Amino acid sequence: MDVLTAVIQFGTLALILALLYRPLGEYMARIFTSRKDLKIERGFYRLIGVDSSTEQSWQSYLRGVLWFSGVGLIFVYLLQRLQTVLPYSLGLPAVPEGLSFNTAASFVGNTNWQSYSPELTMGYTVQIAGLAVQNFVSAAVGIAVAIALVRGIARSRSGTIGNFWVDLTRGTLRLLLPISALGAIILMAGGVIQNFNGFTEISTLSGGTQNLPGGPVASQEAIKNLGTNGGGFFNANAAHPFENPTAWTSLFQNVLMLMIPFALPRTFGRMVGDKRQGYAILAVMATFYVASLVILSSLERAGRGTAPELAGAALEGKEQRFGIFGSTLFGSTSTLTSTGAVNSMHDSYTALGGMMPMLNMMLGEVAPGGVGSGLYGLLILAIIAVFVAGLLVGRTPEYLGKKIGPTQIKLASLYILVMPTLVLVGTALSFAIPGIRDDVTSTSIWNPGNHGLSEVLYAFTSAANNNGSAFAGLTANTPWLNTTLGLAILLGRFIPIVFVLALAGSLAAQDKVPATAGTMPTHRPLFVGLLIGVTLIVTALTFFPVLTLGPLAEGLL
Amino acid sequence: MSASRTNLRSAGVALRSMLVLTAVLGVGYPLVITGIGQLALPGQANGTTVSVDGETVGSALIGQSFVDTEGNPLPEWFQPRPSAAGDGYDAGASSGSNLGPENPDLIAAIEERRTQVAEFNEVEETEVPSDALTASSSGLDPHISPEYALLQVTRVAAERGLPENQVRSVVEANIQGRDIGFLGETTVNVLRLNVALDALKG
Repeated sequence: MDVLTAVIQFGTLALILALLYRPLGEYMARIFTSRKDLKIERGFYRLIGVDSSTEQSWQSYLRGVLWFSGVGLIFVYLLQRLQTVLPYSLGLPAVPEGLSFNTAASFVGNTNWQSYSPELTMGYTVQIAGLAVQNFVSAAVGIAVAIALVRGIARSRSGTIGNFWVDLTRGTLRLLLPISALGAIILMAGGVIQNFNGFTEISTLSGGTQNLPGGPVASQEAIKNLGTNGGGFFNANAAHPFENPTAWTSLFQNVLMLMIPFALPRTFGRMVGDKRQGYAILAVMATFYVASLVILSSLERAGRGTAPELAGAALEGKEQRFGIFGSTLFGSTSTLTSTGAVNSMHDSYTALGGMMPMLNMMLGEVAPGGVGSGLYGLLILAIIAVFVAGLLVGRTPEYLGKKIGPTQIKLASLYILVMPTLVLVGTALSFAIPGIRDDVTSTSIWNPGNHGLSEVLYAFTSAANNNGSAFAGLTANTPWLNTTLGLAILLGRFIPIVFVLALAGSLAAQDKVPATAGTMPTHRPLFVGLLIGVTLIVTALTFFPVLTLGPLAEGLL
Repeated sequence: MSASRTNLRSAGVALRSMLVLTAVLGVGYPLVITGIGQLALPGQANGTTVSVDGETVGSALIGQSFVDTEGNPLPEWFQPRPSAAGDGYDAGASSGSNLGPENPDLIAAIEERRTQVAEFNEVEETEVPSDALTASSSGLDPHISPEYALLQVTRVAAERGLPENQVRSVVEANIQGRDIGFLGETTVNVLRLNVALDALKG
């Protein structure tokens, strides 16, 4: 019976996403190819001093991304430091420097890792004017970069890849803002709060007292999911009943997280003039998604491990209204997109179940990944895949009429090296430097034994992949982890973006080569299978050795 | 243009756009949503509160404790799940336990809770359902399973001097099926159940 309801629940989600694929994908393609500006946009361009009709080289586009994100970093940092003088700060003190840096990096980098407990740290102004603004714009940056790469593939002999300011503006005003507003209203109807009441002390039924929190939650909850950000208004994130009151709001939040990443392949297919290419990319994303969801759900339902077996089910850290499948569905969606929100505590999952969110992130956030970043991540892997296929048959590889030469392969290779390097070096240093090791093991780690290593590995995996979820027992609010995780987020976000835009520039400049009998078709099941294999080999398998020290040891011994 | 002038220009555009976007997305958007919420959905937007005789006694969405001043469970009320939020159901400090599956503290806690719940309700230890043994992820879970609610009927009825079948029918009236029939799990809202229970007296 419960398997049946789980299947129907997943089927409903899949149906909604399938219905959205075409209209949303086509709409996004129109947004980013239209020559017309809306009236409000023309005013905005005048205000900021941008000529929307000019296009940018990849270097110029990159400069826009970096300056915009840099300014965002300073904004969010200063808002936290100046919290005491801001309105609606609930009497909270200024956020300390290290934590402010970590949080600023985290929200600008579309990660939303939270080293802090929001209800005890951030007032309303920091949340809405700092964090939620980045929820919008960091998502728009990701989408813009993906669109720039698609333009690079679609164009020939072009020196430009679009205009960053136009892409940012349109992504925000025409896509994210209207859907968020609608989403926020739907969430409020489900019981998500939206007020500026602060804490209200009430006398409980049995005569005790309770401080009920308030806050502008629904407006933030909608964009937190839609922009695959994931930062909770409350410490318990989407497990908190004021963020996610019912089973249906939880399913709706799954839709919000998945709708843009799963529809972007359609946008890609439309913009390169071959919708079948979009379906191939979608097939790879969906295969990983379904496989991962089935494995995690089965593991949590089986409930292996001393504590779950003793309790009769793996319900520690899960809410009664969601149950096991409502929890694993959200956990899978949130870690396969780069959202990182949680409606159940991953730290308390079964040992092997807890490995799945980690593996999801270790795939490089491509199934379907973050808004924009999922698509560009998978297109990079597609380039690696045609290269591998080219090596096997001894031909110059090409993808959608573009020759994949030494330059392109170097950029793609550098891209895929960044994330594993950050994860493994960060985790290793946390245990290798003597003074740091003592700090990490005595202050940061919450659970003893192999599970403790998993907590640190999870943290660096989450940061470098811009996910933001956590084995939340870990105390990350220490100088070492605030600094290194903040750096891992920034490097894990912006170094790959440099390579993606450089690749976009190099592809745009090329002429198109006509397809011949020797060209490998990239829309057939053969290529889908190859891309799945390449993704598994170059990303997840890199982490096999370290996984044996953490979750595998805990789950199998 | 020289490189430094180009950079200066980009920095200016970035700064101006961040200011305008902060005004639109960080002030305008949340205020408009708040306005819509307060006008069209005031009950939900303000926390779905539950009142008894005009006094707010809590939120239907946020679990609360039913304990004495020493933290011992009060037998005349239906008890919620264990909570890791502060000292239990601290709505200002939502949190799960984050204890891993092999953590000795969690294993000990589950054994202790099983003994306590079994003794408290005078049932066999094997009858205690999983949700009574485990802390939720928010620490504010407002629900328990129907099994755990029904397990507590005898105790609550005896404490209140009410017929058992009367209390049982209140529980049954408060069992909420899955959303739309297939989403999530079957639940009993502890606060709503206790409010309904308290109304029996009068």
